[in-house]
Amino acid sequence: MQRITLSAVTVGLCIAVAAGGYADSHSATDPAVKARHGHMQLYAFNLGVLGAMAKGEMEFDADRATAAAANLHAVARLDETGYWPEGTSSDAMEGSRALPAIWEKMDDFEAKQQGLIEAAATMEGAAGSLDGIRANIGAVGGACGACHKPYRQSDD
Amino acid sequence: MAALIRWALFLGAVALAAGWWITRPERVDAAALAGLTPDLALGERTFVAAGCASCHVAPETSGGDGQPVLSGGQRFASEFGTFIAPNISSHPEHGIGAWSDEEIVTAVMKGVSPGGAHYYPAFPYTAYAKAAPAEILSLAAYLRTLPASDVPSLPHEVGFPFNIRRSVGGWKWLFTDEGWAVEGDLSPDAAAGRYLAEALGHCGECHTPRNPLGGLDISRWLQGAPNPSGRGRIPGIDPGSLTWSEADIAYYLETGFTPDFDTAGGSMVAVIDKTAQLTPDDRAAIAAYLKAVPPKVE
Ligand code: HEC
Ligand code: HEC
Repeated sequence: MQRITLSAVTVGLCIAVAAGGYADSHSATDPAVKARHGHMQLYAFNLGVLGAMAKGEMEFDADRATAAAANLHAVARLDETGYWPEGTSSDAMEGSRALPAIWEKMDDFEAKQQGLIEAAATMEGAAGSLDGIRANIGAVGGACGACHKPYRQSDD
Repeated sequence: MAALIRWALFLGAVALAAGWWITRPERVDAAALAGLTPDLALGERTFVAAGCASCHVAPETSGGDGQPVLSGGQRFASEFGTFIAPNISSHPEHGIGAWSDEEIVTAVMKGVSPGGAHYYPAFPYTAYAKAAPAEILSLAAYLRTLPASDVPSLPHEVGFPFNIRRSVGGWKWLFTDEGWAVEGDLSPDAAAGRYLAEALGHCGECHTPRNPLGGLDISRWLQGAPNPSGRGRIPGIDPGSLTWSEADIAYYLETGFTPDFDTAGGSMVAVIDKTAQLTPDDRAAIAAYLKAVPPKVE
């Protein structure tokens, strides 16, 4: 129970921090687009912990790693109702890199989301050891890439 | 007057002959290939590093698990029309199962079909022309070990005048350069990376801007380009545009993670599928090469 509250608080804090940071650096003003960017920033923040440990740039710490993986899993499961209103694709507005294909293939898009939930769940179970992180980080990155490949516009 | 006409006719004939000569399809020297022994393991590594599967597997398949089925069908939009990757599986009729070594190596390194027609440069043979013939011969042997598919190749959707394959000969004459884009003294690592990036990985095909005729602008090598999909841009990866450390570049080519843990998207995902299968030394070599590229100056 305490773990859940803690991760919920971390998630909340991170959303606040990340959304603040993103508002400064990106031109998006639409609230749904801002929320999407904040959501992505949360993935990056928590993956950054796991990735830095995997790369040997940060000392391995089982608690810290497990918390990061739990956050990743929690963020991946957030309900995205309202995240993807019509008119917020990269064609429709500045500051959005969400390709129109998302709205054409919403089922597949959601399946890709499910792929990340599964990869993050496996990571959560494995993050207690450095080998576990190293063995699973590729699959998490693969799940991100599987969605970024068809659905995110490439840019400078 | 008659003399003048005769001269004009003569000069016209010379121009035609020159044009005919310039646009003639070249082949590789079969005798030179005959002295080489194919090596299947080398062929598989060449296949991965050259990214053949990225374009030749069926659309929306990753070619990730098991042996890739090179049945073709992916569409490549360009200003000149839409090209559709053909079936290059080992099927004797619909693929290239019946082709000789010389025919396969000529296709990959010279961009010329068994019947003597020029291929369009959507097939990146201008990069593969820089490869070692022994590696491409080994690649040919490896291709024959892959599964056959009987999916027929589709015609390209290209209008006049680009549908005249002979005219591609003029394009090749202008833009095929078997020398390296990055010249000069490179460290052994960077030189190994240059081979992987310029001859096999064809990084320049996406990351280098093109001139109005569709030729790569070597003076802006790897400095970023519009995305041929028509949306967004492909980032520059020269040292002026990309300031990541070599270790970070190598890690990106292994996992797709950027230094701030964003992940790669778009057409780079299929490239990373391949670079992830290379050795750590190969990825480090590509990173060393990227640092040796002349930087973009604003
Ligand atoms: C088929 C086109 C294509 C080819 C071939 C290609 N790239 Fe890329 N590359 C891209 C795209 C598109 C991106 C942007 C990725 C994104 O949207 O996240 C990219 C991004 C990158 C980046 C990250 C740049 C940044 O600022 O985020 C690096 C590094 C890179 N490529 C290196 C290479 C190397 C090395 C090769 C050759 C081995 C190569 N690429 C071949 C399309 C390509
Ligand atoms: C960037 C995408 C791309 C990559 C990478 C690529 N090809 Fe192709 N390839 C094509 C296209 C497009 C054509 C059709 C060219 C034409 O018809 O003019 C083609 C044509 C061919 C052909 C001729 C097939 C025929 O039926 O005439 C062969 C053989 C071939 N490719 C082999 C390869 C091999 C081997 C590799 C890796 C070394 C490779 N290709 C990499 C896009 C690609």
